[in-house]
Amino acid sequence: MIDLRHVSKTFRKRDEMVEAVRDISLTIAQKEIVAIIGPSGCGKSTLLNMIAGLYVPTNGSIFYKGAPVSDVNTDVGYMTQKDNLLPWRTVRDNVAFPLELARVAKSERADRADQVIKHVGLDGFAHRYPQELSGGMRKRACLARMLLYGAETALLDEPFAALDAQLKLAMHDLLLKLATETGQTVVLVTHDLMEAVTLADRVLVCTRRPAMLALEQHIALKRPRDVLNVRFTNEFKELYDTLWERLRLEYHEERV
Amino acid sequence: MTASDADAASGRVRDNVAKASPPMLGSGFMVICQVALGLVLLLLWQGASGRLVDNFFISNPIDVGTRLAGWVGDGSLFLHLWATVYATVVGFFVGAVGGVVLGIWLGVSPFTSRLLSPYLNALNALPKVALAPLFVLWFGLGLESKIALAAVLVLFLVFLNTYAGVREVDQDLIDGARLMKATRTQLIGKVIIPSAMSWVFAGLKISVPYALIGAVLGEMIAANRGLGYLVQFSGSQFDSAGVFAVLIVIALLAVALNFLVEIMQHRIQQWRVVGR
Repeated sequence: MIDLRHVSKTFRKRDEMVEAVRDISLTIAQKEIVAIIGPSGCGKSTLLNMIAGLYVPTNGSIFYKGAPVSDVNTDVGYMTQKDNLLPWRTVRDNVAFPLELARVAKSERADRADQVIKHVGLDGFAHRYPQELSGGMRKRACLARMLLYGAETALLDEPFAALDAQLKLAMHDLLLKLATETGQTVVLVTHDLMEAVTLADRVLVCTRRPAMLALEQHIALKRPRDVLNVRFTNEFKELYDTLWERLRLEYHEERV
Repeated sequence: MTASDADAASGRVRDNVAKASPPMLGSGFMVICQVALGLVLLLLWQGASGRLVDNFFISNPIDVGTRLAGWVGDGSLFLHLWATVYATVVGFFVGAVGGVVLGIWLGVSPFTSRLLSPYLNALNALPKVALAPLFVLWFGLGLESKIALAAVLVLFLVFLNTYAGVREVDQDLIDGARLMKATRTQLIGKVIIPSAMSWVFAGLKISVPYALIGAVLGEMIAANRGLGYLVQFSGSQFDSAGVFAVLIVIALLAVALNFLVEIMQHRIQQWRVVGR
């Protein structure tokens, strides 16, 4: 479904060339949940931006359902690391924004928005403005908006980083439930290994900048997963250790 | 006030007085002090006139008051006041609409804005008051030429602010909307314009006094009505009491306009959300 072929990306920062992604080839199947993990600032977000069609790869090409991605890819819902809620709209109007763009009638918009707002546990905050919310709440509003947009693929850039542990679990559960329900393909960028193993069918470990694929690990844990208890199983521990063994090298080298 | 003063303020100013309290005159005690100071200054003026300085140059409060009362009595003051207010208000709206439209249009069309930028810079650098003779030629001695001068001063201030506001729009917000299938029209209407609003309001606010400057300047150059005409006429008659009387009226008008702007801003901020 998503096909990256020898993709590289180099940015020009004044006179300096910064290589963010180097020669990544990767195929993501429909309905697959893929987690990309690596040290922060390694170029994972760049990868998502390229899949969304916001950046053009310097080398290589990206195909989405067989067609090359040449412009903004409106088949994906993209939850960026920085929340991009519109500051002059209330939470409800923000969440309903994709429906408004699609010219859905006002009352239907409000109903459906309230429903997802409840899903992400923001009921009671529908009339608030983004700047009145905490970082984690804004993230959940973004998630709600993305759910309402109903894209066939979700690109998530560290979506749960600002949440406390309890809420993170609830969101993990919600994400898995909805992804199964709607058959969404999910590409998740994170630096939380626990989260990656809990959610994904496949975990890709990236090197530090420039990002290259260091390890690819299938997560054969059965679904549906109990996000709370799956981490205490032996299989989980083995997978976690294998991945951590490779991942720590990236952090280790960084310090030397 | 000269045209270079007008140009000095044509830089971009962002409205950051979001938390401004409603307009107030201060506490009761302060009001008493302020009134007392005014009375003392008037007494000093009256005392100095004819003793320290020739009455011909600085007139005196009693003569000025008499002149004002005379103009109010025969109604001529209101004729002039109305002409100036009309030119200021119409000039402001014409300039504001033009500035906002131009700012948004150029803000969202990189090609056109680059094409026009040297010409717009040249026009902006030009002291607008130098255009007055041209406006008199085009629009005659009536109100239209004053409206044109007020409008052109306002237009550039509002344009620069709107343009800056449109260019400042967070690219992430635009990308986000484009990923959700926003059309170009939706992008402009639902993301770019609302996001630039605080800049537009700042531009509108700072340009109100300049509408008055444009109207008065226009009247001073060529007119048979208006406060600018009256101050010019009094000066040419060596009537210092008349000049002071008009200056007082213009100052009161300026204060009233500023007060109006403050109230409007406060109203607008009831529903507007500034920044993040």
